Amino acid sequence: MIRLPAVPRINSPAMLLDFFLRLKNSKIPVTLMEFLTLLEALAQHLAFGSVEEFYYLSRLCLVKDEANYDAFDRVFAEHFHGISNPLEDVTGTIPEEWLRKLTEKFLSEEEKKQIQALGGLDKLLETLKKRLEEQKERHQGGSKWVGTGGTSPFGAYGYNPEGIRIGQAESRHHRAVKVWDKREFRDLDDSVELGTRNMKVALRRLRNFAREGALEELDMSGTIRATANNAGYLDIKMIPERHNKIKVLIFFDVGGSMDPHIELCEQLFSAARTEFKHLEYFYFHNCIYERVWRENQRRFNQHCATHDLLHQFGSDYKVIVVGDATMSPYELVWPGGSVEHHNPETGAVWLGRILDQFRKVVWLNPAPQPEWRYSESVQIVDQLLKGQMYPLNVGGIDQAISYLSK
Amino acid sequence: MKFTGTASYIATDDLMLAVNSAMVLGRPLLVKGEPGTGKTMLAEEVAAALGMPLFQWHIKSTTKAQQGLYEYDAVSRLRDSQLGDDRVHDIANYIVKGKVWEAFESDHRSVLLIDEVDKADIEFPNDLLRELDRMEFYVYETRQLIQAKKRPMIIITSNNEKELPDAFLRRCFFHYIRFPDRETLEQIVNVHYPDIKSNLVKEALEVFYGVREIQGLKKKPSTSELLDWLKILMSEQITPAELNYNRKNKKIPQLHGALLKNEQDVQLFDPASRRSAY
Ligand SMILES: Nc1ncnc2c1ncn2[C@@H]1O[C@H](COP(=O)(O)OP(=O)(O)OP(=O)(O)O)[C@@H](O)[C@H]1O
Ligand SMILES: [Mg+2]
Repeated sequence: MIRLPAVPRINSPAMLLDFFLRLKNSKIPVTLMEFLTLLEALAQHLAFGSVEEFYYLSRLCLVKDEANYDAFDRVFAEHFHGISNPLEDVTGTIPEEWLRKLTEKFLSEEEKKQIQALGGLDKLLETLKKRLEEQKERHQGGSKWVGTGGTSPFGAYGYNPEGIRIGQAESRHHRAVKVWDKREFRDLDDSVELGTRNMKVALRRLRNFAREGALEELDMSGTIRATANNAGYLDIKMIPERHNKIKVLIFFDVGGSMDPHIELCEQLFSAARTEFKHLEYFYFHNCIYERVWRENQRRFNQHCATHDLLHQFGSDYKVIVVGDATMSPYELVWPGGSVEHHNPETGAVWLGRILDQFRKVVWLNPAPQPEWRYSESVQIVDQLLKGQMYPLNVGGIDQAISYLSK
Repeated sequence: MKFTGTASYIATDDLMLAVNSAMVLGRPLLVKGEPGTGKTMLAEEVAAALGMPLFQWHIKSTTKAQQGLYEYDAVSRLRDSQLGDDRVHDIANYIVKGKVWEAFESDHRSVLLIDEVDKADIEFPNDLLRELDRMEFYVYETRQLIQAKKRPMIIITSNNEKELPDAFLRRCFFHYIRFPDRETLEQIVNVHYPDIKSNLVKEALEVFYGVREIQGLKKKPSTSELLDWLKILMSEQITPAELNYNRKNKKIPQLHGALLKNEQDVQLFDPASRRSAY
């Protein structure tokens, strides 16, 4: 038997497993290997005495990205809610048998094959979870899993379903806010935070360093090796220079309806500027027509012909259009439909030309995604782009970048 | 032996637990956090506090995993061959040990710092998996198997320049150093300047956290900038009242150069120039 520290009730393996499954359910990428590490750490008495320590230890073992800290905190708070007095002297044990079986059940080569046959580990864990739920409802062990001994890795232990959650009001001693309840990592969660740091990380995935082009650099160590192998006769080796070959073209909508999103666009802009060496950017109003602007302030006198851009930039440029695509549908489908000037050709025609010229084009939309379907123009643009419209948040940038880098 | 911080380094409870767990289970500890949150310093302090030798491997964009193990110095061998030196016949004379090898060789359990792992090529961490798992590697040139005498305590830092591969992450403990809260930061200030006046610290921290909250900063001032700034505030004898005056009147803080290193960030204090930046 491996004795576990005096942390009450959370040392029940079933409760730990349940915690693990919940983390999995909330899309935190935890694996069984990390779960076993946590068990190992508990067995080594690395957290004893307080739930805080258990919290720190499980976070240390299970979460590998600070963007998931907040989601972890939420699951933790929910799962261990009501653990009132962590120093309550209940010492639990994890039967070695259980650990062994758990490991075998999930990690041996043969079992892995079986797991595959059963639809993969996640499926199996789901089933396990269901069984555990059933177990709770039954109130008493003795059927499917508990007590049947042998068929179930958990049965031998037979946890008491009543013991899982205490569910009472917090004790007098612990009225202070728990670390995980403070939600200190909320702004690191990439589904909410839109700061430049996260944007940079998202954009960075598009960077693609590669050796390309002519042989430009003397490969010093290659030359020396070759020369040494060549009994001292000079044998010069050249290699192509490494550089970031990604070229990016961004079009920003500066139309009136974009005003509320200006900060967000600024952030994207500054993130993009530090990430890409070959970055070109232009401004437009509502939709891209026959001309765009280099500088926002001087947009009525310093414009560029869109036609020229199509010739100037190669089809390998990755194009990102940033705009809310919110306009009158006329602007897209009627010649002369622009609100600002007379456009001989429609926005749809110009968008089509851009899509023809560049291999990869995405549209980032700062308007909240649930609203898109109420806007006819958004629908039209999305169709023109064949679904390559993404919300302007870190998750959306991520998806857009992965399309662009394919 | 447990790590509990040092006279010059403040460690929070979660950081101590991370270090001690990594020590006990012999897993590498991956530490991330904003610049200046004491990631690099951590390895130095752990080594000093626990009396362990420290090996520091600083990673650059061109660093290869192999360089941490060993390198074959073909240049010297070539030169020696031209000079007719006898050493040339034994290839072992041209094997240069890397930091990982040095740490493996240490008789005492050591701390191995792999600093800024994210600077290197995306494949770099994957190339070290076996060495981190098994604590051994093979020297092909001399047909030697090098095994760690004592499993070193490995501390790896990252600034989030690149995503790290999953296989690598699974093998590490992960700790994110959150930017210190007021109480922790006050302690950090005190270990650096034991004699500083507490009302100056209090007002300076008020200003400092205020600056960090400004949206759109290119570079948020970090602990090291705060420490530099406090130092010149003291030497220029700026009073808490003066700091307070500027803060209340939304004026740029005194001697802001130490806090804001970027011209555009300084301009953020002048709202009129804001829009035109875009
Ligand atoms: N917890 C701390 N206790 C004492 N001093 C600290 C602490 N954290 C940071 N400092 C101070 O900040 C300085 C910067 O720390 P360090 O260089 O370790 O940061 P870092 O996280 O490695 O930064 P970077 O990401 O830029 O490499 C230290 O030299 C020290 O003066
Ligand atoms: Mg550092």
